[in-house]
Amino acid sequence: MRVATIAFHTFKESVRQKVLYNLMAFALLLIGAAILVGSISVGVEQIILITLGLTSISVFGLLISIFIGIDLVSKEIERRTIYNILSKPVSRPEFILGKYLGLLLTLLVNTAVMTAGFYGALFYQKHALGLGDFVFLGAVYFILLQLAIVVGIALVFSCISTPVLSAVYTFCLYVIGNFTPDLRAFGQEAHSALLGTVSDILYYLLPNFGNFNVISQVAHAQKIPGYLWVGNSLYALLYMTILLGMAVLVFEEREFR
Amino acid sequence: MTSSRTPLSQPRLRRRLCWLLLLLCLLGLIPIQRSIDLRTGSDRGVAEVLFLPSGKFLRPLCLGYEGLFAEIYWTRVVQYFGRKRLANSTEFKLLGPLLQITTDLDPHLPIAYHFGSIFLAEKPPRGAGQPLEALALLYRGIVANPDHWRLWEDVGFIYYWDLKDYAAAARAFQTGSERPGAMQWMRAMAAKVAAQGGQLATSRFLWSEIARQAANEQIRKNAQDHLIALDAEEEMTKLGELVALYNSRQGRPARSLQALVVAGYLRALPRDPSGAPYILDAGGRVSLNPRSSIDLNLMQ
Amino acid sequence: MIMLALETIDLTKEYRLGFWRNRAKRALDRLNLRVEAGEVFGLLGPNGAGKTSTLKLLFRLIFPTSGSARILGKQLDDISVRFRVAYLPENPAFYEHLTAQEFLNYVASLFGLSAVERRRRVGELIDQLGLFASRNVPLRRFSKGMIQRLGIAQALINDPDVLFLDEPMSGLDPLGRREVREVILRLKERQKTVFFSTHILADAETLCDRVAVLHHGRLQGCGELNSILCLGVSTTEFVLEGPSPEVMTELAAYASSVIRTGERVRFEIPEESNIQVALEIILRRKTKLISVNPVKRSLEDYFLQKVGASEASQETASAYGWS
Repeated sequence: MRVATIAFHTFKESVRQKVLYNLMAFALLLIGAAILVGSISVGVEQIILITLGLTSISVFGLLISIFIGIDLVSKEIERRTIYNILSKPVSRPEFILGKYLGLLLTLLVNTAVMTAGFYGALFYQKHALGLGDFVFLGAVYFILLQLAIVVGIALVFSCISTPVLSAVYTFCLYVIGNFTPDLRAFGQEAHSALLGTVSDILYYLLPNFGNFNVISQVAHAQKIPGYLWVGNSLYALLYMTILLGMAVLVFEEREFR
Repeated sequence: MTSSRTPLSQPRLRRRLCWLLLLLCLLGLIPIQRSIDLRTGSDRGVAEVLFLPSGKFLRPLCLGYEGLFAEIYWTRVVQYFGRKRLANSTEFKLLGPLLQITTDLDPHLPIAYHFGSIFLAEKPPRGAGQPLEALALLYRGIVANPDHWRLWEDVGFIYYWDLKDYAAAARAFQTGSERPGAMQWMRAMAAKVAAQGGQLATSRFLWSEIARQAANEQIRKNAQDHLIALDAEEEMTKLGELVALYNSRQGRPARSLQALVVAGYLRALPRDPSGAPYILDAGGRVSLNPRSSIDLNLMQ
Repeated sequence: MIMLALETIDLTKEYRLGFWRNRAKRALDRLNLRVEAGEVFGLLGPNGAGKTSTLKLLFRLIFPTSGSARILGKQLDDISVRFRVAYLPENPAFYEHLTAQEFLNYVASLFGLSAVERRRRVGELIDQLGLFASRNVPLRRFSKGMIQRLGIAQALINDPDVLFLDEPMSGLDPLGRREVREVILRLKERQKTVFFSTHILADAETLCDRVAVLHHGRLQGCGELNSILCLGVSTTEFVLEGPSPEVMTELAAYASSVIRTGERVRFEIPEESNIQVALEIILRRKTKLISVNPVKRSLEDYFLQKVGASEASQETASAYGWS
């Protein structure tokens, strides 16, 4: 399948990029440091390790998503390698889809490595890993869903803008997406029906990354509720579809002068 | 191929259908989000404050934008409290931590201290019922803002109203009156509270002050509810005296206030500030109509 | 039925320029071409004539403002036709981090070839185009000539019936150019159609059955190279060694040009009728004759004439305020 071919090719290309390894090294370093930090304050070592560890995976995953996502399409356009690919029996939607899936694969592998490091640190601290530690995989799954959306956003911007601007916009959207409930609250407290409606619309339009953040709960040994698994997966799936659709629609009209 | 000004790669119809599909997906997000919001309960965004050791922990993460984050947390305080009140909840577990973080991030947010002093101290279901926490919050505020004499007013008020410690209240009003810019009545209040303790007129004055300078709708409404309760209490006391007079004159206890009207002691059936008529309860005491919206628990 | 490899009907591409998009620039103006299967067709023109735009339009890298085109009878947005054609852009760019073999493998997999077929085909092409020694070298270390060879290799992976090449000889040394020429000739032998654009006339002269001349986006002329070359005045060239001054004077009367290079003198004698006269003069004076050749009107002349006319009309148009 052509999409799979392009996906694998994108994966292999991403994996060769040095920035990936730098970021991963940092993440693993941070997780290791979390053990040290935890050992300073008694009683909360595990909470700190889990919080810091999962947050590192999230933050570095975000950085990787942005760094590699912005180049996804714009690099091919800038270097004109895209002329070659598009002259083969590859449709533009297939191209976009392949790129996206390839990047998702890269993210999956990265996150897996960082998660392995995380579990390694956890094992080192607890000297045993139990069934209850599986819950952290849930948190990682949600982080992955988040990153899939971020990468989608980076992809859309990559089709319409330069890498630097794409990085800025994607990052801004990520930050805003974490505060959408507060944005809505601002609008509701503003005593203006118009602002209230606008903030409501924005609340549903913008990606609500807050849905996916279960790090505090998981660090304090709370379970992830069942409806959240379904809800978040559906939300992410829909949002990814929207982003991919946008990317395809924009990219299909793009001319390569 | 189309011969339009901008060449399109795909037929217009197909593109329009695609955008329509995307729009539908976007609309599909709404029920999912709402369902998540519903089940997570509204405390989702704020529940994590329970896990934060202190607001100082957050400061470095704000990357210089503490003010903005303080605003965000302040809005969360208002929203949280409003939601709880709307749901007729009786506990406000997160109010204290939220206020603490807000003031840790921005120690110079007067409204946060003021709001906290009122609603942390108020008994459930109107508030968290934690007057001591409220005092602690105020003292932190005073340390960070030594010139804010109004904070001393709030301290005095808590001692006066919630803790009924009139000596401490007087001391607070006195200290506050010595701050630059303090209003004259602070000194007078100190003297009055020290001398007379808890008087209806004093309470009414203090609550009116709060209602007058209320920077926040919830504070104002709360103060007005108290004022209405105070008015009702006063009216009931007066009515009680009238009933006692009637009873002693007639020789037998009145069975309802209507009797007093008939006998000419009252011009008409008296109504409480909310518009519901007062009644005499089984024990012959003046009390509020069960239909009345006034909450006398506020007087506690 | 003779299938047209390529047919364009009033193919037009207009760019909107300026901040307010109010100025229009026609990169291609109602191009009508017919290329038959099995021929080698050259699209000639100076830089900026619209050659690259034509090729990009055919491969949907840009979209036409109006008009249409068909490749092997299929519309341009029919992806299935890409299985039977190939495109090599000017100064091609390929993935630098891949080796030659990896890259060709990648392209082959885009055509859906099985692993066995891929191995075979890639191996064949690597050998055919002399890339064996550098098959495991990452493309970022390839020279220009090697990239061009690789470009042709990737174009041939699917054994296309029609090849579209944009300036295939650009930037190559004579050896490279000869290699490309040979590839094209071999393709012609196998009855493949080759459509290439170039601004180097010599290449077109040796390779093309038919050419079209493009200038300012408009088709200036199209036809068989033979007939174009035979058009117009035929001149004969006489090269003499050490002619005496008398011969010089006598021949100069008939010659349109006299060029002396060392001992040799070249006379251009227009008009066939004068050939006899010139020969008589030379033989009578016993002058040493090195060579006698008809001077073919070259593509250069045709080109310059067409382009010159176009420039003239362009200038006239500008003078009147049309563009």
